[in-house]
Amino acid sequence: MRISTLFYTLKQGIINIFRNAWFSLASIATISACLLLFGIFYSVVINFQYMVKAAEQGVSVTVFFDEGLSEARIQEIGDLIGKRTEVARVEYVSAEEAWETFRQEYFGEEYADGWTENPLENSSNYEIYLSDVSLQQSLVTWLESVEGVRQVNRSELTASTLSGMNSLIAYVSVGIIGILLAVSIFLISNTVMIGIQVRKEEINIMKYIGATDFFVRSPFVIEGMIIGAIGACIPLGMIYAIYSSVVDYVIDRFPMLTTLLIFLSVEQIFKVLVPVSLALGIGIGFMGSFTTVRKHLHV
Amino acid sequence: MALFKRTKTKAIPNENIIVLEKVSKAYATGAPALTGVDLTIKRGEFVFIVGDSGSGKSTLIKLLLRELLPTDGDIYVNGQNLVTLKRRNVPKYRRNLGVVFQDFRLLKDRNVYENVAFAQRVVQIPTREIKKNVPSMLSVVGLAGKYKAKPRQLSGGEQQRVALARALINRPPILLCDEPTGNLDPKNSWEIMKLLDQINKKGTTVLVVTHNREIVNEMQKRVVTMKKGVIVSDEEKGGYIDED
Repeated sequence: MRISTLFYTLKQGIINIFRNAWFSLASIATISACLLLFGIFYSVVINFQYMVKAAEQGVSVTVFFDEGLSEARIQEIGDLIGKRTEVARVEYVSAEEAWETFRQEYFGEEYADGWTENPLENSSNYEIYLSDVSLQQSLVTWLESVEGVRQVNRSELTASTLSGMNSLIAYVSVGIIGILLAVSIFLISNTVMIGIQVRKEEINIMKYIGATDFFVRSPFVIEGMIIGAIGACIPLGMIYAIYSSVVDYVIDRFPMLTTLLIFLSVEQIFKVLVPVSLALGIGIGFMGSFTTVRKHLHV
Repeated sequence: MALFKRTKTKAIPNENIIVLEKVSKAYATGAPALTGVDLTIKRGEFVFIVGDSGSGKSTLIKLLLRELLPTDGDIYVNGQNLVTLKRRNVPKYRRNLGVVFQDFRLLKDRNVYENVAFAQRVVQIPTREIKKNVPSMLSVVGLAGKYKAKPRQLSGGEQQRVALARALINRPPILLCDEPTGNLDPKNSWEIMKLLDQINKKGTTVLVVTHNREIVNEMQKRVVTMKKGVIVSDEEKGGYIDED
Protein backbone atom coordinates (compact mmCIF):
# COMPACT_ATOMS: atom_id res chain seq x y z
CA MET A 1 0.00 0.00 0.00
CA ARG A 2 1.27 3.46 -0.93
CA ILE A 3 1.95 5.93 1.87
CA SER A 4 -0.52 8.37 0.29
CA THR A 5 -3.19 5.61 0.21
CA LEU A 6 -2.46 4.78 3.85
CA PHE A 7 -2.90 8.42 4.87
CA TYR A 8 -6.01 8.69 2.72
CA THR A 9 -7.50 5.59 4.37
CA LEU A 10 -6.70 6.88 7.87
CA LYS A 11 -8.11 10.30 7.01
CA GLN A 12 -11.28 8.76 5.58
CA GLY A 13 -11.72 6.62 8.69
CA ILE A 14 -11.53 9.72 10.89
CA ILE A 15 -13.71 11.82 8.56
CA ASN A 16 -16.32 9.02 8.50
CA ILE A 17 -16.73 9.36 12.26
CA PHE A 18 -17.79 13.00 11.86
CA ARG A 19 -19.64 12.40 8.60
CA ASN A 20 -21.96 9.97 10.37
CA ALA A 21 -21.94 11.78 13.68
CA TRP A 22 -25.18 10.28 15.06
CA PHE A 23 -24.21 6.77 14.13
CA SER A 24 -20.77 7.31 15.68
CA LEU A 25 -22.31 8.67 18.88
CA ALA A 26 -24.73 5.74 19.07
CA SER A 27 -21.88 3.27 18.61
CA ILE A 28 -19.67 5.01 21.17
CA ALA A 29 -22.58 5.09 23.66
CA THR A 30 -23.27 1.38 23.14
CA ILE A 31 -19.66 0.34 23.59
CA SER A 32 -19.28 2.70 26.56
CA ALA A 33 -22.39 1.32 28.26
CA CYS A 34 -21.22 -2.26 27.83
CA LEU A 35 -17.67 -1.55 28.95
CA LEU A 36 -18.87 0.53 31.90
CA LEU A 37 -20.91 -2.44 33.10
CA PHE A 38 -17.92 -4.66 32.47
CA GLY A 39 -15.60 -2.27 34.35
CA ILE A 40 -17.92 -1.97 37.35
CA PHE A 41 -18.43 -5.69 37.48
CA TYR A 42 -14.71 -6.34 37.12
CA SER A 43 -13.90 -3.88 39.92
CA VAL A 44 -16.42 -5.51 42.25
CA VAL A 45 -15.27 -9.04 41.46
CA ILE A 46 -11.56 -8.32 41.65
CA ASN A 47 -12.00 -6.54 45.00
CA PHE A 48 -14.11 -9.36 46.33
CA GLN A 49 -11.50 -11.89 45.25
CA TYR A 50 -8.83 -9.76 46.87
CA MET A 51 -10.79 -9.73 50.15
CA VAL A 52 -11.32 -13.49 50.02
CA LYS A 53 -7.63 -14.00 49.30
CA ALA A 54 -6.73 -11.79 52.24
CA ALA A 55 -9.07 -13.79 54.46
CA GLU A 56 -7.57 -17.01 53.14
CA GLN A 57 -4.10 -15.91 54.12
CA GLY A 58 -5.32 -15.69 57.70
CA VAL A 59 -6.39 -19.34 57.71
CA SER A 60 -3.83 -21.53 59.41
CA VAL A 61 -3.35 -25.10 60.51
CA THR A 62 -1.66 -25.66 63.89
CA VAL A 63 0.50 -28.70 64.55
CA PHE A 64 1.33 -29.87 68.10
CA PHE A 65 3.99 -32.43 68.91
CA ASP A 66 4.21 -35.53 71.09
CA GLU A 67 5.36 -34.83 74.64
CA GLY A 68 9.12 -34.75 74.98
CA LEU A 69 9.79 -34.74 71.24
CA SER A 70 13.36 -33.67 70.55
CA GLU A 71 14.19 -30.25 69.14
CA ALA A 72 15.93 -31.98 66.23
CA ARG A 73 12.76 -33.90 65.27
CA ILE A 74 10.65 -30.75 65.58
CA GLN A 75 13.09 -29.00 63.24
CA GLU A 76 12.94 -31.97 60.86
CA ILE A 77 9.11 -31.85 60.83
CA GLY A 78 9.30 -28.10 60.15
CA ASP A 79 11.55 -28.72 57.15
CA LEU A 80 9.20 -31.40 55.79
CA ILE A 81 6.21 -29.09 56.17
CA GLY A 82 8.06 -26.24 54.45
CA LYS A 83 8.63 -28.40 51.38
CA ARG A 84 4.90 -29.12 50.88
CA THR A 85 3.29 -27.36 47.90
CA GLU A 86 0.13 -26.57 49.90
CA VAL A 87 2.18 -24.45 52.30
CA ALA A 88 2.73 -20.72 51.84
CA ARG A 89 4.75 -20.23 55.06
CA VAL A 90 5.42 -21.93 58.37
CA GLU A 91 5.95 -20.20 61.69
CA TYR A 92 7.37 -21.94 64.72
CA VAL A 93 5.76 -20.96 68.01
CA SER A 94 7.74 -22.11 71.05
CA ALA A 95 5.99 -23.08 74.30
CA GLU A 96 7.16 -19.77 75.84
CA GLU A 97 5.77 -17.73 72.99
CA ALA A 98 2.49 -19.68 73.16
CA TRP A 99 2.15 -18.95 76.90
CA GLU A 100 3.13 -15.33 76.48
CA THR A 101 0.48 -14.79 73.84
CA PHE A 102 -2.13 -16.69 75.86
CA ARG A 103 -1.57 -14.80 79.10
CA GLN A 104 -1.44 -11.42 77.38
CA GLU A 105 -4.69 -12.22 75.70
CA TYR A 106 -6.62 -13.70 78.63
CA PHE A 107 -5.14 -12.57 81.97
CA GLY A 108 -3.19 -9.37 81.58
CA GLU A 109 0.20 -8.60 83.14
CA GLU A 110 -0.48 -8.65 86.94
CA TYR A 111 -2.46 -11.85 87.23
CA ALA A 112 -0.18 -13.79 84.93
CA ASP A 113 2.83 -12.98 87.04
CA GLY A 114 1.55 -15.51 89.62
CA TRP A 115 2.59 -18.41 87.42
CA THR A 116 6.04 -19.78 87.95
CA GLU A 117 5.91 -22.61 85.44
CA ASN A 118 4.72 -22.60 81.88
CA PRO A 119 1.29 -24.31 81.92
CA LEU A 120 1.59 -24.67 78.12
CA GLU A 121 4.88 -26.54 78.28
CA ASN A 122 3.85 -29.01 75.58
CA SER A 123 2.28 -26.40 73.39
CA SER A 124 5.10 -25.54 71.07
CA ASN A 125 3.69 -25.75 67.57
CA TYR A 126 3.93 -24.85 63.92
CA GLU A 127 1.44 -22.40 62.50
CA ILE A 128 1.06 -23.27 58.84
CA TYR A 129 -0.41 -20.79 56.35
CA LEU A 130 -1.79 -22.27 53.15
CA SER A 131 -1.03 -21.32 49.57
CA ASP A 132 -4.54 -22.44 48.60
CA VAL A 133 -7.20 -22.92 51.20
CA SER A 134 -8.88 -25.71 49.24
CA LEU A 135 -5.79 -27.89 49.82
CA GLN A 136 -6.21 -27.84 53.57
CA GLN A 137 -7.65 -31.34 53.85
CA SER A 138 -4.85 -33.03 51.95
CA LEU A 139 -2.26 -31.25 54.09
CA VAL A 140 -4.03 -32.19 57.32
CA THR A 141 -4.24 -35.85 56.27
CA TRP A 142 -0.53 -35.87 55.59
CA LEU A 143 0.32 -34.04 58.85
CA GLU A 144 -1.66 -36.56 60.91
CA SER A 145 0.45 -39.34 59.47
CA VAL A 146 3.77 -37.70 60.37
CA GLU A 147 5.61 -39.36 63.26
CA GLY A 148 5.86 -37.08 66.30
CA VAL A 149 2.69 -35.11 65.54
CA ARG A 150 0.21 -35.28 68.40
CA GLN A 151 -2.58 -33.06 67.20
CA VAL A 152 -3.55 -31.00 64.16
CA ASN A 153 -5.97 -28.09 64.62
CA ARG A 154 -7.71 -26.58 61.65
CA SER A 155 -10.81 -24.61 60.79
CA GLU A 156 -12.77 -26.76 58.39
CA LEU A 157 -15.68 -24.33 58.16
CA THR A 158 -13.58 -21.30 57.21
CA ALA A 159 -11.58 -23.25 54.66
CA SER A 160 -14.56 -24.77 52.92
CA THR A 161 -16.52 -21.50 52.99
CA LEU A 162 -13.66 -19.52 51.44
CA SER A 163 -12.93 -22.24 48.93
CA GLY A 164 -16.60 -22.42 47.91
CA MET A 165 -16.83 -18.65 47.70
CA ASN A 166 -13.81 -18.53 45.39
CA SER A 167 -15.36 -21.07 43.02
CA LEU A 168 -18.68 -19.22 43.11
CA ILE A 169 -17.01 -15.91 42.24
CA ALA A 170 -15.13 -17.57 39.37
CA TYR A 171 -18.30 -19.11 37.89
CA VAL A 172 -20.41 -15.98 38.33
CA SER A 173 -17.64 -13.81 36.81
CA VAL A 174 -17.29 -15.98 33.73
CA GLY A 175 -21.08 -16.14 33.34
CA ILE A 176 -21.74 -12.41 33.70
CA ILE A 177 -18.74 -11.36 31.58
CA GLY A 178 -19.90 -13.80 28.89
CA ILE A 179 -23.44 -12.35 28.94
CA LEU A 180 -22.10 -8.78 28.84
CA LEU A 181 -19.88 -9.55 25.86
CA ALA A 182 -22.69 -11.31 23.99
CA VAL A 183 -25.02 -8.37 24.60
CA SER A 184 -22.40 -5.84 23.52
CA ILE A 185 -21.55 -7.72 20.31
CA PHE A 186 -25.27 -7.95 19.50
CA LEU A 187 -25.78 -4.22 20.13
CA ILE A 188 -22.66 -3.23 18.19
CA SER A 189 -23.50 -5.41 15.22
CA ASN A 190 -26.98 -3.84 15.08
CA THR A 191 -25.60 -0.33 15.33
CA VAL A 192 -22.97 -1.01 12.67
CA MET A 193 -25.60 -2.64 10.47
CA ILE A 194 -27.67 0.56 10.51
CA GLY A 195 -24.58 2.59 9.68
CA ILE A 196 -23.65 0.29 6.83
CA GLN A 197 -27.14 0.42 5.34
CA VAL A 198 -26.70 4.18 5.08
CA ARG A 199 -23.41 3.67 3.24
CA LYS A 200 -24.28 0.63 1.17
CA GLU A 201 -24.42 2.84 -1.91
CA GLU A 202 -20.96 4.21 -1.20
CA ILE A 203 -19.57 0.67 -0.96
CA ASN A 204 -21.29 -0.24 -4.25
CA ILE A 205 -19.77 2.77 -6.02
CA MET A 206 -16.31 1.87 -4.68
CA LYS A 207 -16.67 -1.68 -5.91
CA TYR A 208 -17.86 -0.62 -9.41
CA ILE A 209 -14.88 1.69 -9.75
CA GLY A 210 -12.56 -1.24 -9.04
CA ALA A 211 -11.69 -0.83 -5.38
CA THR A 212 -10.31 -3.93 -3.69
CA ASP A 213 -12.10 -5.35 -0.66
CA PHE A 214 -9.19 -4.15 1.45
CA PHE A 215 -9.49 -0.57 0.16
CA VAL A 216 -13.26 -0.54 0.75
CA ARG A 217 -13.03 -2.08 4.17
CA SER A 218 -10.06 -0.18 5.61
CA PRO A 219 -11.74 3.18 6.38
CA PHE A 220 -14.71 1.36 7.99
CA VAL A 221 -12.39 -0.79 10.09
CA ILE A 222 -10.32 2.23 11.18
CA GLU A 223 -13.54 4.07 12.02
CA GLY A 224 -14.75 1.06 14.04
CA MET A 225 -11.47 0.80 15.93
CA ILE A 226 -11.41 4.52 16.78
CA ILE A 227 -15.04 4.37 17.92
CA GLY A 228 -14.16 1.30 20.00
CA ALA A 229 -11.17 3.06 21.59
CA ILE A 230 -13.24 6.15 22.45
CA GLY A 231 -16.02 3.87 23.71
CA ALA A 232 -13.47 2.21 26.02
CA CYS A 233 -11.87 5.44 27.29
CA ILE A 234 -15.15 7.01 28.46
CA PRO A 235 -16.09 4.28 30.99
CA LEU A 236 -12.44 4.05 32.11
CA GLY A 237 -12.51 7.78 32.86
CA MET A 238 -15.81 7.42 34.69
CA ILE A 239 -14.59 4.50 36.80
CA TYR A 240 -11.35 6.36 37.59
CA ALA A 241 -13.34 9.38 38.71
CA ILE A 242 -15.83 7.56 40.96
CA TYR A 243 -13.84 4.55 42.24
CA SER A 244 -12.16 6.25 45.22
CA SER A 245 -15.40 7.99 46.25
CA VAL A 246 -17.31 4.70 46.19
CA VAL A 247 -14.60 2.93 48.22
CA ASP A 248 -14.58 5.75 50.82
CA TYR A 249 -18.38 5.66 51.00
CA VAL A 250 -18.46 1.88 51.58
CA ILE A 251 -15.80 2.10 54.30
CA ASP A 252 -17.67 4.97 56.01
CA ARG A 253 -21.01 3.21 55.71
CA PHE A 254 -19.82 -0.13 57.13
CA PRO A 255 -17.19 0.72 59.77
CA MET A 256 -17.71 -2.60 61.59
CA LEU A 257 -16.38 -4.45 58.53
CA THR A 258 -13.14 -2.51 58.16
CA THR A 259 -11.01 -5.60 58.85
CA LEU A 260 -12.79 -7.50 56.08
CA LEU A 261 -13.26 -4.68 53.56
CA ILE A 262 -9.80 -4.32 52.09
CA PHE A 263 -9.95 -2.60 48.68
CA LEU A 264 -7.46 -2.52 45.85
CA SER A 265 -6.27 0.90 44.77
CA VAL A 266 -7.60 2.33 41.50
CA GLU A 267 -4.10 2.00 40.02
CA GLN A 268 -4.05 -1.73 40.82
CA ILE A 269 -7.48 -2.18 39.22
CA PHE A 270 -6.44 -0.19 36.13
CA LYS A 271 -3.34 -2.30 35.53
CA VAL A 272 -5.70 -4.93 34.11
CA LEU A 273 -8.83 -2.92 33.36
CA VAL A 274 -7.18 -0.41 30.97
CA PRO A 275 -5.59 -2.92 28.57
CA VAL A 276 -8.58 -5.28 28.75
CA SER A 277 -11.16 -2.52 28.15
CA LEU A 278 -9.14 -1.02 25.30
CA ALA A 279 -8.64 -4.44 23.74
CA LEU A 280 -12.36 -5.20 24.07
CA GLY A 281 -13.45 -1.79 22.73
CA ILE A 282 -11.05 -1.82 19.79
CA GLY A 283 -11.71 -5.52 19.20
CA ILE A 284 -15.49 -5.06 19.20
CA GLY A 285 -15.14 -2.06 16.85
CA PHE A 286 -12.84 -4.01 14.55
CA MET A 287 -14.95 -7.17 14.46
CA GLY A 288 -18.23 -5.25 14.17
CA SER A 289 -17.12 -3.21 11.15
CA PHE A 290 -15.04 -5.98 9.54
CA THR A 291 -17.82 -8.56 9.51
CA THR A 292 -20.62 -6.15 8.65
CA VAL A 293 -18.78 -4.61 5.69
CA ARG A 294 -17.90 -8.08 4.42
CA LYS A 295 -21.59 -8.83 3.84
CA HIS A 296 -21.75 -5.93 1.37
CA LEU A 297 -18.55 -6.57 -0.54
CA HIS A 298 -19.98 -9.10 -2.97
CA VAL A 299 -20.91 -6.59 -5.65
CA MET B 1 -19.34 -30.94 -20.23
CA ALA B 2 -20.29 -27.72 -18.47
CA LEU B 3 -17.27 -28.07 -16.21
CA PHE B 4 -14.87 -28.19 -19.17
CA LYS B 5 -16.59 -25.27 -20.79
CA ARG B 6 -16.15 -23.13 -17.66
CA THR B 7 -12.39 -23.52 -17.68
CA LYS B 8 -11.67 -23.07 -21.33
CA THR B 9 -9.40 -20.32 -22.57
CA LYS B 10 -9.37 -19.02 -26.06
CA ALA B 11 -7.36 -16.57 -28.11
CA ILE B 12 -9.61 -13.64 -28.98
CA PRO B 13 -8.53 -11.32 -31.81
CA ASN B 14 -7.19 -8.12 -30.28
CA GLU B 15 -9.58 -5.96 -32.32
CA ASN B 16 -12.58 -7.58 -30.59
CA ILE B 17 -12.72 -5.85 -27.22
CA ILE B 18 -16.01 -7.45 -26.06
CA VAL B 19 -17.08 -10.92 -27.13
CA LEU B 20 -20.13 -12.80 -25.88
CA GLU B 21 -20.42 -16.41 -27.00
CA LYS B 22 -23.77 -18.16 -26.54
CA VAL B 23 -24.31 -16.36 -23.24
CA SER B 24 -27.36 -17.33 -21.22
CA LYS B 25 -28.40 -16.09 -17.83
CA ALA B 26 -31.25 -17.52 -15.80
CA TYR B 27 -32.22 -16.26 -12.37
CA ALA B 28 -33.53 -18.57 -9.68
CA THR B 29 -37.02 -17.26 -10.29
CA GLY B 30 -38.70 -16.06 -13.46
CA ALA B 31 -37.95 -16.43 -17.15
CA PRO B 32 -34.35 -16.50 -18.44
CA ALA B 33 -32.87 -13.00 -18.71
CA LEU B 34 -30.56 -13.88 -21.61
CA THR B 35 -30.67 -16.84 -23.96
CA GLY B 36 -27.73 -17.81 -26.20
CA VAL B 37 -26.55 -14.26 -26.87
CA ASP B 38 -23.67 -13.83 -29.36
CA LEU B 39 -22.22 -10.36 -29.64
CA THR B 40 -18.87 -8.97 -30.75
CA ILE B 41 -17.87 -5.34 -30.25
CA LYS B 42 -14.72 -4.04 -31.86
CA ARG B 43 -12.20 -1.72 -30.28
CA GLY B 44 -13.24 1.91 -30.72
CA GLU B 45 -16.88 1.16 -31.60
CA PHE B 46 -19.88 3.14 -30.35
CA VAL B 47 -22.81 0.78 -29.74
CA PHE B 48 -26.34 1.41 -28.53
CA ILE B 49 -28.12 -1.46 -26.79
CA VAL B 50 -31.86 -0.87 -26.93
CA GLY B 51 -34.95 -2.78 -25.94
CA ASP B 52 -37.94 -2.71 -23.63
CA SER B 53 -37.85 -3.38 -19.91
CA GLY B 54 -37.12 -7.05 -19.31
CA SER B 55 -35.30 -7.43 -22.62
CA GLY B 56 -32.04 -8.30 -20.85
CA LYS B 57 -30.12 -5.00 -21.27
CA SER B 58 -29.42 -4.52 -17.57
CA THR B 59 -28.40 -8.16 -17.18
CA LEU B 60 -25.95 -7.66 -20.04
CA ILE B 61 -24.37 -4.66 -18.27
CA LYS B 62 -24.18 -6.60 -14.98
CA LEU B 63 -22.47 -9.48 -16.77
CA LEU B 64 -19.94 -7.11 -18.34
CA LEU B 65 -19.29 -5.55 -14.92
CA ARG B 66 -18.75 -9.09 -13.62
CA GLU B 67 -21.43 -8.43 -11.03
CA LEU B 68 -23.14 -11.58 -12.34
CA LEU B 69 -21.82 -14.74 -13.95
CA PRO B 70 -23.60 -16.29 -16.94
CA THR B 71 -25.41 -19.57 -16.48
CA ASP B 72 -23.88 -20.69 -19.76
CA GLY B 73 -21.52 -19.35 -22.40
CA ASP B 74 -18.38 -17.22 -22.23
CA ILE B 75 -17.70 -13.50 -22.03
CA TYR B 76 -14.35 -12.07 -23.13
CA VAL B 77 -13.44 -8.49 -22.36
CA ASN B 78 -10.04 -7.28 -23.51
CA GLY B 79 -9.16 -10.92 -24.13
CA GLN B 80 -10.00 -11.92 -20.55
CA ASN B 81 -12.63 -14.60 -19.93
CA LEU B 82 -14.92 -13.25 -17.22
CA VAL B 83 -16.27 -16.72 -16.47
CA THR B 84 -12.89 -17.97 -15.30
CA LEU B 85 -11.85 -14.66 -13.73
CA LYS B 86 -11.16 -15.15 -10.01
CA ARG B 87 -13.09 -12.97 -7.57
CA ARG B 88 -9.91 -11.41 -6.21
CA ASN B 89 -9.04 -10.20 -9.73
CA VAL B 90 -12.42 -8.55 -10.33
CA PRO B 91 -11.34 -5.09 -8.95
CA LYS B 92 -8.35 -5.02 -11.33
CA TYR B 93 -10.61 -6.02 -14.22
CA ARG B 94 -13.14 -3.27 -13.41
CA ARG B 95 -10.40 -0.66 -13.64
CA ASN B 96 -10.53 -1.27 -17.42
CA LEU B 97 -14.13 -0.11 -17.43
CA GLY B 98 -15.64 3.30 -16.95
CA VAL B 99 -19.23 3.06 -15.75
CA VAL B 100 -21.99 5.66 -15.87
CA PHE B 101 -25.41 5.01 -14.34
CA GLN B 102 -28.80 6.60 -14.80
CA ASP B 103 -28.86 7.77 -11.18
CA PHE B 104 -25.28 9.18 -11.34
CA ARG B 105 -24.22 7.35 -8.14
CA LEU B 106 -22.04 10.15 -6.81
CA LEU B 107 -20.81 10.28 -3.23
CA LYS B 108 -23.26 12.86 -1.92
CA ASP B 109 -21.14 14.08 0.97
CA ARG B 110 -18.09 14.84 -1.19
CA ASN B 111 -17.55 17.65 -3.63
CA VAL B 112 -17.01 17.37 -7.38
CA TYR B 113 -13.22 17.25 -7.07
CA GLU B 114 -13.33 14.51 -4.41
CA ASN B 115 -15.82 12.44 -6.39
CA VAL B 116 -13.55 12.38 -9.43
CA ALA B 117 -10.34 12.03 -7.39
CA PHE B 118 -11.91 9.06 -5.61
CA ALA B 119 -11.59 6.90 -8.73
CA GLN B 120 -7.87 7.66 -8.81
CA ARG B 121 -7.45 6.97 -5.10
CA VAL B 122 -8.93 3.53 -5.65
CA VAL B 123 -6.18 2.69 -8.15
CA GLN B 124 -3.58 4.26 -5.85
CA ILE B 125 -2.48 7.13 -8.08
CA PRO B 126 -0.12 9.45 -6.14
CA THR B 127 -1.80 12.57 -4.75
CA ARG B 128 0.40 14.98 -6.73
CA GLU B 129 -0.78 13.33 -9.97
CA ILE B 130 -4.40 13.36 -8.84
CA LYS B 131 -4.07 17.12 -8.32
CA LYS B 132 -3.05 17.48 -11.97
CA ASN B 133 -5.42 14.93 -13.51
CA VAL B 134 -8.71 15.91 -11.87
CA PRO B 135 -8.84 19.59 -12.94
CA SER B 136 -7.84 18.55 -16.44
CA MET B 137 -10.66 15.97 -16.63
CA LEU B 138 -13.15 18.45 -15.16
CA SER B 139 -12.24 20.85 -17.97
CA VAL B 140 -13.01 18.14 -20.53
CA VAL B 141 -16.54 17.74 -19.15
CA GLY B 142 -16.99 21.50 -18.69
CA LEU B 143 -17.05 21.60 -14.90
CA ALA B 144 -13.69 23.19 -14.12
CA GLY B 145 -15.35 26.06 -12.26
CA LYS B 146 -17.53 23.84 -10.08
CA TYR B 147 -14.95 21.58 -8.46
CA LYS B 148 -15.96 22.66 -4.96
CA ALA B 149 -19.69 22.09 -5.42
CA LYS B 150 -21.50 19.21 -3.73
CA PRO B 151 -23.68 16.97 -5.96
CA ARG B 152 -26.90 18.45 -4.52
CA GLN B 153 -25.80 21.90 -5.75
CA LEU B 154 -25.58 20.65 -9.35
CA SER B 155 -28.20 20.07 -12.04
CA GLY B 156 -28.86 16.53 -13.29
CA GLY B 157 -26.77 17.18 -16.39
CA GLU B 158 -23.87 18.47 -14.32
CA GLN B 159 -24.06 15.49 -12.00
CA GLN B 160 -23.91 13.16 -14.98
CA ARG B 161 -20.84 15.03 -16.24
CA VAL B 162 -19.17 14.46 -12.88
CA ALA B 163 -20.02 10.76 -13.16
CA LEU B 164 -18.56 10.79 -16.67
CA ALA B 165 -15.39 12.50 -15.47
CA ARG B 166 -15.06 9.88 -12.72
CA ALA B 167 -15.60 7.09 -15.25
CA LEU B 168 -12.95 8.46 -17.60
CA ILE B 169 -10.26 9.74 -15.26
CA ASN B 170 -8.37 6.43 -15.28
CA ARG B 171 -8.54 6.35 -19.11
CA PRO B 172 -10.39 3.03 -19.40
CA PRO B 173 -10.54 1.43 -22.87
CA ILE B 174 -14.27 0.73 -22.42
CA LEU B 175 -17.08 2.99 -21.21
CA LEU B 176 -20.34 1.32 -20.14
CA CYS B 177 -23.31 3.66 -19.84
CA ASP B 178 -26.56 2.35 -18.34
CA GLU B 179 -29.36 4.78 -19.33
CA PRO B 180 -27.05 7.81 -19.01
CA THR B 181 -29.77 10.22 -20.14
CA GLY B 182 -32.63 8.55 -18.27
CA ASN B 183 -32.86 11.33 -15.66
CA LEU B 184 -32.02 14.26 -17.94
CA ASP B 185 -33.98 16.77 -20.01
CA PRO B 186 -33.45 16.73 -23.81
CA LYS B 187 -30.89 19.56 -23.79
CA ASN B 188 -28.71 17.91 -21.13
CA SER B 189 -29.20 14.52 -22.76
CA TRP B 190 -27.76 15.83 -26.01
CA GLU B 191 -24.83 17.43 -24.27
CA ILE B 192 -23.97 14.14 -22.56
CA MET B 193 -24.30 12.26 -25.84
CA LYS B 194 -22.02 14.75 -27.59
CA LEU B 195 -19.45 14.22 -24.86
CA LEU B 196 -19.72 10.45 -25.27
CA ASP B 197 -19.25 10.85 -29.01
CA GLN B 198 -16.12 12.97 -28.48
CA ILE B 199 -14.75 10.41 -26.05
CA ASN B 200 -15.43 7.65 -28.56
CA LYS B 201 -13.65 9.56 -31.30
CA LYS B 202 -10.55 9.63 -29.11
CA GLY B 203 -10.53 5.81 -29.15
CA THR B 204 -12.63 4.68 -26.18
CA THR B 205 -15.13 1.92 -26.92
CA VAL B 206 -18.55 3.17 -25.78
CA LEU B 207 -21.51 0.93 -25.00
CA VAL B 208 -24.75 2.79 -24.21
CA VAL B 209 -27.91 1.12 -22.94
CA THR B 210 -30.80 3.50 -23.60
CA HIS B 211 -34.49 4.01 -24.18
CA ASN B 212 -33.96 7.37 -25.86
CA ARG B 213 -35.40 6.85 -29.34
CA GLU B 214 -34.55 10.34 -30.61
CA ILE B 215 -30.89 10.11 -29.70
CA VAL B 216 -30.50 6.61 -31.13
CA ASN B 217 -32.14 7.57 -34.40
CA GLU B 218 -30.21 10.83 -34.70
CA MET B 219 -26.71 9.57 -33.92
CA GLN B 220 -26.62 6.85 -36.56
CA LYS B 221 -24.39 4.43 -34.63
CA ARG B 222 -24.46 0.66 -34.37
CA VAL B 223 -27.70 -0.41 -32.66
CA VAL B 224 -28.23 -3.79 -31.03
CA THR B 225 -31.88 -4.43 -30.24
CA MET B 226 -32.81 -6.95 -27.55
CA LYS B 227 -36.14 -8.57 -26.81
CA LYS B 228 -36.93 -11.15 -24.13
CA GLY B 229 -33.25 -12.03 -23.63
CA VAL B 230 -32.22 -12.43 -27.25
CA ILE B 231 -30.71 -10.10 -29.84
CA VAL B 232 -33.38 -9.51 -32.48
CA SER B 233 -31.47 -6.96 -34.55
CA ASP B 234 -27.90 -5.72 -34.91
CA GLU B 235 -27.44 -2.89 -37.42
CA GLU B 236 -24.55 -0.62 -38.35
CA LYS B 237 -25.88 2.95 -38.36
CA GLY B 238 -29.23 1.62 -37.20
CA GLY B 239 -32.26 3.16 -35.61
CA TYR B 240 -34.64 2.46 -32.74
CA ILE B 241 -36.95 -0.39 -33.70
CA ASP B 242 -40.51 0.18 -32.51
CA GLU B 243 -42.00 -2.64 -30.47
CA ASP B 244 -45.27 -3.97 -31.71
